[in-house]
Amino acid sequence: MAIVDLMPFSVLAPLIASGVVALLPGRFWPWAITLLAAIVATVIAALTLPAALESTLSYPFGNWPPPIGIEYRVDAANAFVALLVAGMAALSLPWAKVSIDREVPERQGAFYALFLLALAGLLGITLTGDAFNVFVFLEISSLATYALIAHGRDRRALLASFRYLIMGTIGATFLLIGIALLYMMTGTLNMADLAVRLPEVQHTRTVDAALAFIVVGMGLKLAMLPLHLWLPNAYAYAPNFVTIFLAGTATKVALYVMVRFIFTVFGGEYSFTVLPLAIVLMALGVAGMFAGSWVAMFQDHLKRMLAYSSVAQVGYMVLGVSLFSAAGLTAAFLHMFNHALIKVALFMAVGTIMYRIGSIKLQDIRGLGRQMPWTLTAFALAGLSIIGVPTTAGFISKWYLILAAAEAGHWWLVGLIVITSMMAVYYIWRVIEAAWMQERPAGSPAVREAPLALLAPTWLMVALNFYFGIDTRLTVGASTAAAEALLGVGGLMP
Amino acid sequence: MIEWIHPSLVLIVGSLLLAFLKGRLRQAWMLILPVIVLLLILGLEPGLYGQFSFLGLELTAGRVDRLSLVFAYVFGIILLVGAIYALHVNDRIQHVAAFCYAASALGVVFAGDLVTLYVFWELMVITSVWLIWRRQNPVSYAAGMRYLLVHALGGVLLLAGVVVYYASTGSIAFDQIQIGGPAFWLILIAFLINAAVPPLHAWLADAYPESTVTGAIFLSALTTKTAVYTLIRGYPGTEILVWLGAIMALYGVVYAVLANDIRRLLAYHIISQVGYMVAGVGMGTLLALNGAASHAFTHILYKALLFMGAGAVIHMTGKAKLTELGGIYKYMPWTFVLYMVGAFSISAFPLFSGFVSKTMVVEAAAADYRPVIFLMLLCASAGTFLHTGLKLPWFTFMGPDSGLRPKEAPLNMLIAMGIAAFLCIFIGVYPAALYAILPGPVDYNAYTTGHVLKELQLLLFTGLGFFLLLKHVGGEAKISADTDWFYRKGGRRLVGWIGELIVGINRRTRTRVSELLAAQAERVDRKHGRDGKLARSWPTGSMAMWTAVLLAALLLFGIR
Repeated sequence: MAIVDLMPFSVLAPLIASGVVALLPGRFWPWAITLLAAIVATVIAALTLPAALESTLSYPFGNWPPPIGIEYRVDAANAFVALLVAGMAALSLPWAKVSIDREVPERQGAFYALFLLALAGLLGITLTGDAFNVFVFLEISSLATYALIAHGRDRRALLASFRYLIMGTIGATFLLIGIALLYMMTGTLNMADLAVRLPEVQHTRTVDAALAFIVVGMGLKLAMLPLHLWLPNAYAYAPNFVTIFLAGTATKVALYVMVRFIFTVFGGEYSFTVLPLAIVLMALGVAGMFAGSWVAMFQDHLKRMLAYSSVAQVGYMVLGVSLFSAAGLTAAFLHMFNHALIKVALFMAVGTIMYRIGSIKLQDIRGLGRQMPWTLTAFALAGLSIIGVPTTAGFISKWYLILAAAEAGHWWLVGLIVITSMMAVYYIWRVIEAAWMQERPAGSPAVREAPLALLAPTWLMVALNFYFGIDTRLTVGASTAAAEALLGVGGLMP
Repeated sequence: MIEWIHPSLVLIVGSLLLAFLKGRLRQAWMLILPVIVLLLILGLEPGLYGQFSFLGLELTAGRVDRLSLVFAYVFGIILLVGAIYALHVNDRIQHVAAFCYAASALGVVFAGDLVTLYVFWELMVITSVWLIWRRQNPVSYAAGMRYLLVHALGGVLLLAGVVVYYASTGSIAFDQIQIGGPAFWLILIAFLINAAVPPLHAWLADAYPESTVTGAIFLSALTTKTAVYTLIRGYPGTEILVWLGAIMALYGVVYAVLANDIRRLLAYHIISQVGYMVAGVGMGTLLALNGAASHAFTHILYKALLFMGAGAVIHMTGKAKLTELGGIYKYMPWTFVLYMVGAFSISAFPLFSGFVSKTMVVEAAAADYRPVIFLMLLCASAGTFLHTGLKLPWFTFMGPDSGLRPKEAPLNMLIAMGIAAFLCIFIGVYPAALYAILPGPVDYNAYTTGHVLKELQLLLFTGLGFFLLLKHVGGEAKISADTDWFYRKGGRRLVGWIGELIVGINRRTRTRVSELLAAQAERVDRKHGRDGKLARSWPTGSMAMWTAVLLAALLLFGIR
C-alpha cells in the first residue's frame, strides 16, 4: 500500500515547496528546490504508473471515505498524464536556469513559487477523483499561469496574460457551472459516484447542459479551435521557460479533464448520443489541424508559429477523441505525450536562439545555422518529429491516429492528416531555409553557439523524440491502458 | 558459421573500404576482395537465402540455383580479371564504381523477386555510368548521359512492369512471366533495352567505346549478360525473341563493318553475340537455353579479352581508329597473341571457347527445324570472324605501318589477358568443365566431324574472301549512323525545335502563373499574413462570442 500513500505527495511536494521557495532569496536555491520538487513529483508519478496500470488506486484524504471525502483516484489515464506533466517540468527545469536568470533577473523566489503552484495545480487536476477539486486545482494552476505569463519581458505579455485571464476564467466558470449542475442533480461531487448516479437522471436537460458547459469550458482551456485565440499570444510573449512548460503540459491536462468527463463521468455512450460530439469534435479537430497549420505557415515570429502549430496538434488529439474508439483514444493519448516531447524540444531550441540573439523573427535568424549549428540542428530534428518522419515520436502518434481513422472507416481523414503534415513540412522548412540557406544579414553581430546549459537539455529532448519514436513500449502501452480505462474496461467504473 | 552472406554485400562494403586506401594497399585490396567474393560464390549451395519481409512484401535476396550460379561464377571471374587489368589505374572513383557495378550485377543474378531485381537493376545503371564518365572528356560525358537516359527509361519501364505484375498476380516472385498484357511487355522491353536488342541497342555502341579503357571490361561483361540471365529466367521460349536474336546477330555484324573505332567495332559484336543468346532463349529448348547460358559464359571471357587487347592498344598508343593504327604487332607481340586467342574464340574456331558454346545455339536452331534462323546465325558467324578475327587485327596489328612505336602493355594487363586467354582455350579444349555447370543436363558434343568441318569451311572461306577484297574492307574515318541518330542528329533538330517551343510556352506560362501566384500570394498574405484574419488574436469579445456560439450550438443540437 506504500505507493497509494505516496501518491498524493506528487501534488504535495510542489505545493509545499512553493511555500518554501517563495521565501528563498538569491538565484540558485529557488531554482534548486524547484528542480528537486519536480524530480520528486516525477519519481512518485513514475512509481505510480506501473501500479495504476494494474489496478485503480484510491487515496482518501483525511481518511474520509469517498464519496463524502475527497479522494485521489488514479488509473492508467491520469497516471500517464501525471507522469507527463511532472516529467516535462523536471526535464525543462534544467534548461530554465540560464534562461530565467536572463529573463526574470529579480525576485526569482516568487517566480519559481508560482511555477510550483502551477505544477501542483496541474498535477492535482490530473490525480484527483473529485469534480470540484478539479475546479479548485484548475484555478490554482490558472492563476499561477497568468502571473507566470505576465513575467514576460515584452510589455505585450501583460496584455496577453490579461486576455488569457479573461478567457481562462470564462472556461473555468463554464466548468464550475457544469459541475454545479451535476451536483444539483445528483448531490455528489465524487467522479466515480457521479458515474454511478448520473444514469438515473440522464434524461434531464440539466445533465445535457452540464456536459455542454464542461466540453466548451475545457475546450477553451484546451485551445480547441475556435476557442484557441488566447493561446498564440500567451505562448509568444511569456518567458521562454513558461512557454516550454505550458506547451508541454497545460493543454494536455485540459484535454485529459475533457475526456475524463466525457468518458468516465458521463459515459461515452451517453455523451456521444446526447450531444453531437462526434461531429462537432471531428469538425473542430480537422478545422484546428488546418487553420493552425495554415496560420503557422505565415508567421514570422517563431514562437507564434509554434503556438499555431500547437493549435493544429491539439486538433489531432481532438480528432482522436472524436472517433470514440479505443484506437482513437489511444492515438489521442499518444499524441498528447509525443506532442509534449516535440513542442518542448522545439520551444527549447527557439528559446535558445532567443537567448543568443534576442529575437526570434524569421528575418533575424537568417544564416544563423552556421553560427549556432547545434541549436538549429536540434530544431531541425525536432521539426522532423512534428512533421512525422518515421523513427520519430511524431510519426508514432500520427501513425496510430491514421490507423484509428482507417479503423473507423474515415479514409478521407488519412488524406487530411497527410496534407496537414505537408503543411508542417512547409513551416519547419521556412526556418531551416532561413537559417542554413540564406546569408547572415550584413552588419549583424557575430553570434556564438549557445551555452551547454541550454544545449544539453534541448538535445536530451531531441534524443527522447527519437527514443520514443523507436521504443514505443512505454508510450503505446500506457496510452492503450489509458484508453481502456476511460472506455470502462477496468477503469474508474465499478 | 553464418549460413549465407550475400556476395554483393561483401563487395559493396569492401569497395567502400577501397575508397580510403592508397597505393600498394589499394592494389592489394583490389586483388584480395575479388578473390574473397569469388570464393564466396564458389562456396554457395543451391537454395533460397536472405528472405525477409519488407513493407508486406516477401523479398528474397538470394535465390541460388544452377542458372544463377553459372552467371555468378563468370561474373566473379571477370571481376578478378578486370581488377587485375585495372590495377595500375589510380582512380578510386572508377574502382569503387566498377566493384559496386559488379556487386549489383551479382545482386540481379541472385534476386529471387522482382523488387530486389529492380533495386539492383537501377544500382547497376548508376554505378556503371561512372565507368564511362571517368574517361573525363566531353564526348564520354555526353555518351554517359545518353547511356543514363536510356537506362533510366528502361528502369522506369521495369518498375512499371513490376507494379502491374504485382497488381495483377499478387506476387513478386521472379520466375517465368506467365501472364500476358502490359506487365509482360513492360518487363520484356526493360530487359531488351539492357540486352541491347535492336532498335533499343544504340546506347551500347554509343557508350562503350567512350568508356575508360579498364571500365569497358566490366561494361562488356555485365550489363547485357545480366539481361540475358533475366531473359532466360523470365522469358524462355518466347517466339519473338528468336527473330529479334537472329536479326540482332546480323545487325551487329553489319554495323561492325562500318565501324572505325576498334572498340566500337567490338561493341557491335557484343550486340551480335548477345543475339545468339537471345535467339537461344527464344527457342527455349533445353539445348538452346544451355547454349544461351554457356555462350554468355564464354562470351564474357573472350569479349573481355578482346576489349582488354583493344584497351591495351589504346592505352599504349593513344589511338583508337583503324585508320590510324597498323603494324604494331612487332612492338606489342604479347598483346597481339592474346588478342588473337580472343578473336579465334569469338569466331568459334575449334579448340577455342566460342566454338563449344556458339555451335550449341546454332545446332539448337537446326534441331528445332528453323532453317532461316540457322542460316542467319551462320552468316553472322562468318561476319564475326571477318571483323574481329581478320579486319581488326589486320588493320591494328599488321597491315601498313602507321609509324607508331608503342611499348608492350604493362604486366598486370598482360596477366589479366593471360588468365582470360587461358580460360578461353581451356574451355575450348575441355568443354566438359563448362557443360558440368550449365543449368540443364548437357547431351551435346561440339567436336563431331560435322561441326568441325562446317565451322572450318565457314571460317576459311571467310578468310579467303577477306584477303581478296582487302582493299575495300578497311575502316573509314566516318561515324556511321545508327538508331541513335534519332536522338543524336535528327533528334537534335527536332529537340531544338521542340525545345524552343517549350521554352516559349514555358516562359509565357510561367509569367502568367507567377503573376497569378504573386497576386494570390499577396491576397493570402493580406488575409492570412502576420495580422491576417485567422491570426488575429486580440479581440477578447470575439473569443467570448465564439465560446457562446459553441455552447449554444452544442445545446441546440443536443435538445432531444
